[in-house]
Amino acid sequence: MALLQIAEPGQTEAPHQHRLAAGIDLGTTNSLVAAVRSGQPQTLADKQEEHLLPSVVAYTESGIIVGEEARQQQIADPLNTMSSIKRMMGRGVEDLRLLGDELPYRFAATDSAVPRIQTRRGNVTPVEVSAEILKVLQQRAEEALGGALNGVVVTVPAYFDDAQRQATKDAAGLAGLNVFRLLNEPTAAAIAYGLDKSTDGIHAIYDLGGGTFDISILRLNKGVFEVMATGGDSALGGDDFDHLIAEWIIAQADISEMDAGLQCQLMQTARSVKESLTQHERAGIDVSSVGWQGELDRHTFNQLVDPLIRKTIIACRRALRDAGVTAEEIEDVVMVGGSTRVPRVRELVGEFFGREPLVDIDPDRVVAIGAAVQADILAGNKPEAEILLLDVTPLSLGIETMGGLVETIIPRNTTIPVARAQEFTTFKDGQSAMAVHVVQGERDLVADCRSLARFELRGIPPMVAGAARIRVTFQVDADGLLSVEAEEQMQHVSASIEVKPSYGLSDKEIADMLRSSMEHAEDDVKFRQLREQQVEAERVIEALTAALVKDGDQLLNDDERQLIDAALQELQQLSHGDDAAAIEDGVKSLEQSCDFYVERRMNSSIHDAMAGHNIHEFDTPEK
Amino acid sequence: MLDLSKNYFELFGMSIGYVIDNQKIRQRYRDLQRVVHPDRYINATEHEQRLAMQGSVYINEAFETLKDPLRRAQYLLRLHGVDFDPDTETTTDTGFLMEQLELREELSEIPGQTDPMAAASLFMDRVSTMFNRLISSMAIDFEMPDEKQLQVAREKVRKMQFLKKLHTEAEIVEARLEEEML
Repeated sequence: MALLQIAEPGQTEAPHQHRLAAGIDLGTTNSLVAAVRSGQPQTLADKQEEHLLPSVVAYTESGIIVGEEARQQQIADPLNTMSSIKRMMGRGVEDLRLLGDELPYRFAATDSAVPRIQTRRGNVTPVEVSAEILKVLQQRAEEALGGALNGVVVTVPAYFDDAQRQATKDAAGLAGLNVFRLLNEPTAAAIAYGLDKSTDGIHAIYDLGGGTFDISILRLNKGVFEVMATGGDSALGGDDFDHLIAEWIIAQADISEMDAGLQCQLMQTARSVKESLTQHERAGIDVSSVGWQGELDRHTFNQLVDPLIRKTIIACRRALRDAGVTAEEIEDVVMVGGSTRVPRVRELVGEFFGREPLVDIDPDRVVAIGAAVQADILAGNKPEAEILLLDVTPLSLGIETMGGLVETIIPRNTTIPVARAQEFTTFKDGQSAMAVHVVQGERDLVADCRSLARFELRGIPPMVAGAARIRVTFQVDADGLLSVEAEEQMQHVSASIEVKPSYGLSDKEIADMLRSSMEHAEDDVKFRQLREQQVEAERVIEALTAALVKDGDQLLNDDERQLIDAALQELQQLSHGDDAAAIEDGVKSLEQSCDFYVERRMNSSIHDAMAGHNIHEFDTPEK
Repeated sequence: MLDLSKNYFELFGMSIGYVIDNQKIRQRYRDLQRVVHPDRYINATEHEQRLAMQGSVYINEAFETLKDPLRRAQYLLRLHGVDFDPDTETTTDTGFLMEQLELREELSEIPGQTDPMAAASLFMDRVSTMFNRLISSMAIDFEMPDEKQLQVAREKVRKMQFLKKLHTEAEIVEARLEEEML
């Protein structure tokens, strides 16, 4: 990691400094990294000129291998080679049992909510495996761009729930990446696509990847991408096509003895059969290890996968309904994800929307490219960029009420960020605590929804039953991540909340992983903390300096300006030192001393936005 | 900070009333989000990011409320000082309630009909027509909102709530029918 260059006061050229940013598509089968270079977004290749990095991580005797090499040794060492790990992100031990025999791995007994896979290099979590993939992509980007990344946009399936999103963000954090934003894959595809076509109107993005399916309906208007509805299945993808082919082979070849190696081999055979059938009417199959040869024709293949494709069509139908539009109103249907290469998928999707779907952009790369464009904008490299994304939450968020029923707090397809409050009361005299169970899903019963977190409200002041009024605010931020706050309304006591994520890693677990991933544990952790604080200080100094250059003179009087300048200088000096805690305090105190200025700025920008409209327009009664 | 004391109409630069120009609020919504959305504050201070988040949340809430005819009416009632809690308000108009019972019964029989999809679609159209009739009569109630007019509006809102719920249930029935057909 390159050390910071801290500019002397007055020398900071914050407003026009180019920040290095990248977009990462962390896929089930393959992953990619892309960046905007000389104004053009492009995916970045490795030394062998390969753009796709197979999302496979092998834990070998000599070290950790990621990518094609790992994929090639999977059959020989299935237990220590992790593939399709995305399907396990944010999943609990119980969920994995449902995936069952599909997973060849051995799991370690753990009291954590997150499963641990046993490898010869110790137990690993899906988050750690994903972090290994991210590190390779990070390195690739930093070599290509010639410097440390300022931040990244990581894409996730739109239909990912809170636990899956959080796990993805944790993986990026573990890899040492600064995540600007988690971006929904179909929205990323829409950006990449929108740049080419920029046609205003309503578009459908059909994204069938290796392990996930998303459908998004969005309205594009003068650079604003407004997601109207999204739907999908975070456990449905091309992998499932492979499984069906593998099962078909098992039945045809009458295979009864199965081991992890053969299972791997069958899956790889199935995948190449599927790929071959996109071009040809029939594909030959040779499973020499069990002495069976045969062939699969496209018609039979279509029959095998039709039920899965129909599931995606049902989701399309629901998304249209949620968006309040009909198939005829859709301008374009864009196909994203490697699995949309399957001709039957194109055929049925085309049939449903009543038009030929667009397949002219490489479905493997389009998500990463969109992410790169967004990363570049978020980094501040394109201050005049018109693009703005308004995304939605894919799943309803609710709480458990009496009788195991769900009360919805934030319905699906609500634009984010969003906050909704709910009032609770006590049912016993003097009750001082209360348990709240947060779930995500569309079903009426808690048991059919996904448990997100349980927390307790404590410190409720003693009152008679029903007198306390506890206001719990559920907030979903622009990454689609949930946070919860609570306050007792009568006496304004903040109730403390301890959120226990049902399927997430605790902060301590992440810290432990970080420590164990570093050789000289203590020193490295300290160094990293210092670096983090220095980067944060730099960011704040830069942001404030840029703001002052822009409107400091208009919005501040001399006294106020002096106050802020002094605080700014103080932090600048602190950030040269090596006391992480002092820098952290310095950042806080600087932020405090310019609270009023920040508020003034925001109000002034809102005022400017509205001032663009003619005053008479406001006064005229709307019709 | 973003002036949260402004009501939604003021925030969107519109006069208070039931009739609104959908295109115009959509445009205002985009203009506001362009300057306040958290994506614009990635490199800003934490405080600024928090404000952006709050502001963006408020603008989203305002937009959702203004563009939805039922939520807009509920909001207007509250703005005019009517203590309206959607969860507890219910109409006492027995004629209307009887009609609701009949409609519900009709809905439950739709899956058994010869062409259930057509029946469901027809049913939803009827409910929408009833709903829209209430919408179009609502504007006048908020033009001169005295106590009497507000109570008239309140009663309409109660009925709209019923119809909205019924429409949602019909949508669920239709969705199920579609899934069975596929």
